[in-house]
Amino acid sequence: MDCRIPRTWLTLLAGLSCSASVLAEEVQVAVAANFTAPLQAIAREFAQDTGHTLVAAFGATGQLYAQIQNGAPFEVFLAADANTPARLERQGLGVAGSRFTYAIGSLVLWSAKADYIDGSDAVLKANPFRHLAIANPKAAPYGLAATQVLTKLGLRAALQSKLVEGQSITQTLQFVSTGNAELGFVALSQVYKDGQISSGSAWVVPDELYEPIRQDALILKRGENNPAATALVEYLKGPKVAEIIQSYGYQP
Amino acid sequence: MPLTQADFDAVLLTLELASLTTVLLLLIGTPIAWWLARTGSWLKRPLGAIVALPLVLPPTVIGFYLLVSMGPHGFIGQLTQSLGLGTLTFTFSGLVIGSVFYSLPFVVQPLQNAFEAIGRAPLEAAATLRANPWDAFFTVVLPLAKPGFLTAAILGFAHTVGEFGVVLMIGGNIPGKTQVASVQIYNHVETMNYAQAHWLAGGMVAFSFIVLLALYSGRSNKRVWQ
Repeated sequence: MDCRIPRTWLTLLAGLSCSASVLAEEVQVAVAANFTAPLQAIAREFAQDTGHTLVAAFGATGQLYAQIQNGAPFEVFLAADANTPARLERQGLGVAGSRFTYAIGSLVLWSAKADYIDGSDAVLKANPFRHLAIANPKAAPYGLAATQVLTKLGLRAALQSKLVEGQSITQTLQFVSTGNAELGFVALSQVYKDGQISSGSAWVVPDELYEPIRQDALILKRGENNPAATALVEYLKGPKVAEIIQSYGYQP
Repeated sequence: MPLTQADFDAVLLTLELASLTTVLLLLIGTPIAWWLARTGSWLKRPLGAIVALPLVLPPTVIGFYLLVSMGPHGFIGQLTQSLGLGTLTFTFSGLVIGSVFYSLPFVVQPLQNAFEAIGRAPLEAAATLRANPWDAFFTVVLPLAKPGFLTAAILGFAHTVGEFGVVLMIGGNIPGKTQVASVQIYNHVETMNYAQAHWLAGGMVAFSFIVLLALYSGRSNKRVWQ
């Protein structure tokens, strides 16, 4: 669009920012389910600061991958892992070199019951529960991390028969919050608000017990020429987003 | 063929679930359908509507409410716990109960139609020959409603095989217990094992087609629905 306006109109338009209204674009983003809450906060700030609009579709990373492969109109992909964006980049569906880690996830053992977990792994060793919920380790990075923790603690075999799997980290949380599983491994971001666990009881799993859950972002081919896609990626790397991400229990 | 043992176990489990569900549904659905077909009560319409609810509700919604009500704080969960059975989520029994509810209209509605089609005349004739109501039901109604039972059984079975949302919500993906074929297909798609997903899904398409073909071929000469 052309921004040249007859001089006489300029005074009338003084209150409007020509550049902002003309350059405001929309960017379609595919977002891993665990990042739902922080992304909603980021979207508000992003719209205020840049004038661009962010339209998000939330889902499991594997499912979003299948959709992108089959022509879904997404321009930026915020995955729950590092492998899926790398694979898309290799397949030529992403813009080469645009991949970066936007957040590192933390794993937490959580129960809806207060005092069920004493801030350590004691409850896992005491083993008084019927069901321990984890996300499907083949499909969800937080599920994979959970199995790594159980292996490191030497409890994998002992607890195998008690494991129930949610298909996504969202469903895993559902199992635990409805009390169907007494406890489960979920993303810290799901039960964390304003710097503390928001309800129930928890053990924030130490980093050394599982491989870092690197969540990578990628600009997709469809977003290659969209200035809002580039703006979003730059915005995600900025200090404001780092702060938001941390308040939701991620490491930037 | 790239199918694994887990895939075959899932198929077997699906067939077990569907068979058991169909038998239970015929036992539960027959009296319900009979009552719906015969009654003049004002309750007929509300009850009919409740039976038809699973046709309309998204399976994940049904699954979510089952998860909550079968859970330790839900009314079904409270009941099963007080009976010493624990909670039913993440168990095969839980899946059976969920499937019975989910496939209920597919069994009740064909049966109700079949019973309504028989009308009162054959039963009145039986009564004049001193058949008691049970006699009349087994010797007159059952043979006349046979096509309706066949349709009900096939639809109930097939619909349970195709069940996904409910199982996903209350199953917990436990191999050999709650990991049925539809969930296994979803697992394969999620983990990008598309070849395995295609084999299982292709098998399911073929199976469903054959079932429906059998159903429609059997029906072409007989008046099942009216």
